[in-house]
Amino acid sequence: MREITFAQATLEAMEEEMARDERVFVMGEDIARQGGIFGQFKGLPQKFGTDRVRDTPISETAIVGAGVGAALGGMRPVIDMHFADFMGVAMDELFNQMAKIHFMFGGQKAVPVVVRAPDGLTNQAAAQHSQSIEAWFLHIPGLKVVIPSNPADAKGLLKSAIRDDNPVIYFEHKKLFSVKGPVPDEEVLVPIGKAAIAKPGKDITIVSYSYTMKVVMDAVSMLEKDGIDPEIIDLRTISPIDKETILGSVAKTRKVAIAHEAVKQGGVGAEIAAIIAEEGLDYLDAPVLRFGAPFTPVPFARTLEAAYRVKAEDICSGIRALF
Amino acid sequence: MVGWDEELLCRLYRTMVTIRFFEQTVEEHFLAGEIPGFVHLYIGEEAIATGVCANLTPDDYIASTHRGHGHSIAKGADVSRMMAEIFGRKTGYCKGKGGSMHIADFSVGMLGANGVVGGSFSIATGAALAAKMLEQKRVAVAFFGDGASNRGTFHESANLASTWKLPVIFLCENNQYASTTPYRSSTSVEDIADRARGYGMPGVVVDGNDVFAVYEAAKAAVERARGGGGPSLVEAKTYRIKGHFVGDPELYRSKEEVQEIFAKTDPISRFERQVSSEGSLSREKLDAIKLEVQELIDKALAFAKESPEPDPSELFSDVYA
Repeated sequence: MREITFAQATLEAMEEEMARDERVFVMGEDIARQGGIFGQFKGLPQKFGTDRVRDTPISETAIVGAGVGAALGGMRPVIDMHFADFMGVAMDELFNQMAKIHFMFGGQKAVPVVVRAPDGLTNQAAAQHSQSIEAWFLHIPGLKVVIPSNPADAKGLLKSAIRDDNPVIYFEHKKLFSVKGPVPDEEVLVPIGKAAIAKPGKDITIVSYSYTMKVVMDAVSMLEKDGIDPEIIDLRTISPIDKETILGSVAKTRKVAIAHEAVKQGGVGAEIAAIIAEEGLDYLDAPVLRFGAPFTPVPFARTLEAAYRVKAEDICSGIRALF
Repeated sequence: MVGWDEELLCRLYRTMVTIRFFEQTVEEHFLAGEIPGFVHLYIGEEAIATGVCANLTPDDYIASTHRGHGHSIAKGADVSRMMAEIFGRKTGYCKGKGGSMHIADFSVGMLGANGVVGGSFSIATGAALAAKMLEQKRVAVAFFGDGASNRGTFHESANLASTWKLPVIFLCENNQYASTTPYRSSTSVEDIADRARGYGMPGVVVDGNDVFAVYEAAKAAVERARGGGGPSLVEAKTYRIKGHFVGDPELYRSKEEVQEIFAKTDPISRFERQVSSEGSLSREKLDAIKLEVQELIDKALAFAKESPEPDPSELFSDVYA
């Protein structure tokens, strides 16, 4: 199978969906002239024009709100947030407007908006350009939240998100944009709400997503040397969460670890641990392990960032202690 | 008014009276403990929604505020389904899931009341963007209060709409109070219309208690938007006769202030005086309209009261489309 980068995969998804449905358009800062700050929109305005690939003023609130209004007016907007960190500027539009309109108005109108949010640690970008804030959105009924870890899922989830009639937050880790992986030539549609077993195994379930999947796979090669055979679940969607796949795997392996780059406190791992405690406690023969960032803002200096980041070694030593 | 079409005069009057009677009924039944939640009344401001929406077609959009009943009525929403929603009934516009602050009727272009002050700006701007991209001749009106003009959403949306020449009308209802804080102590300019200049769009001040003046100002703004001229800002000066919400103790102003101003500004009495002194609408005609509206509101109230509350199982529907 051909290999393309994560950024190219998202670009293909945009091209295919914009060609398929002329109501799909994208707006955000620096996307038309610049091609996106990570190059993820390169060539798109040349194909579809600057009406459908719109550079906006630096006005996150108005951009997201206008996306909601445009969806109510019959379009299917994709909004680029530039950095996930800037979602804070538009939080009312995200959680009070976009997320609630369908329910609050009794199902009169769907709000098909995709919000693309490049997140995560890269290039020592420090406290306001590096965060992983996906857990905030797990707490908001009405939103779907997807978070791919590889180019094929990046393409398939973006296409599914654009076709979904609900607002979908699409987190894309900045460090993944340049990562290559196999992507089929034919149409790829990854279902929202369905996790993938990235590697079958029998001794422990490790649940992860996004860039941390790579960290987990590094940990797996170390654990295998110790004769531990983990099963790896790539969540892909964190809301709605695929409980069935998680519980099914834990029932088999009887141990579970959850790893993400986001702050551990109140993170996705906390929700998964709670689900297992409520619905699968009897499966467990060891405590649930959670790996996440410490409860600090993202630091700048190399040494500090290294201390902040979840590392394969940490995952390995935590898991080894269970055996 | 001499020179105004009789049918239009009747329509304006009917809409204003419908809003007034609707709101009085809501107030009465809220105070009787029959309506839950928060209710914000539009009494005294009827001329604005009426004069603006009389220029719109059902295809045009409006985005409204927490004080939204008048906007819904003027845009053509059904008063029975509105009343049922306010009572929290299954037959309401939102199946009882929204209440007073969340009434919408997408079939008449009413994109929703909004519980967040300043929520209307970007939604109307986006709807106008859709209209422009889809090459429709629709316009969008963002209703907002003087308080909302101090939200960042106003400034971002005004800039965006003007830069992209979108068919939006930013329609300020300056009722002199941002919740409990007087306009003059919370806002940097004498006229909110002055802020239009900063965004390269026309801004006009109009007497918001004069339905004819509002109608004319809105007409010019709608024509400009529909013709591709871009957005404008219309500031309709009015006065909030009722408290911020029903039950507001109104510690920030005196009853005398309210009575004195209402006696001078009540847009409905003013309309009646104008049309009857000129003889453009007879007293009998006005009374007949009032009677007809009273019947409509009585029916709406009965419909709401007779309607069932939603089944608890309804909680789980409509979270996702």
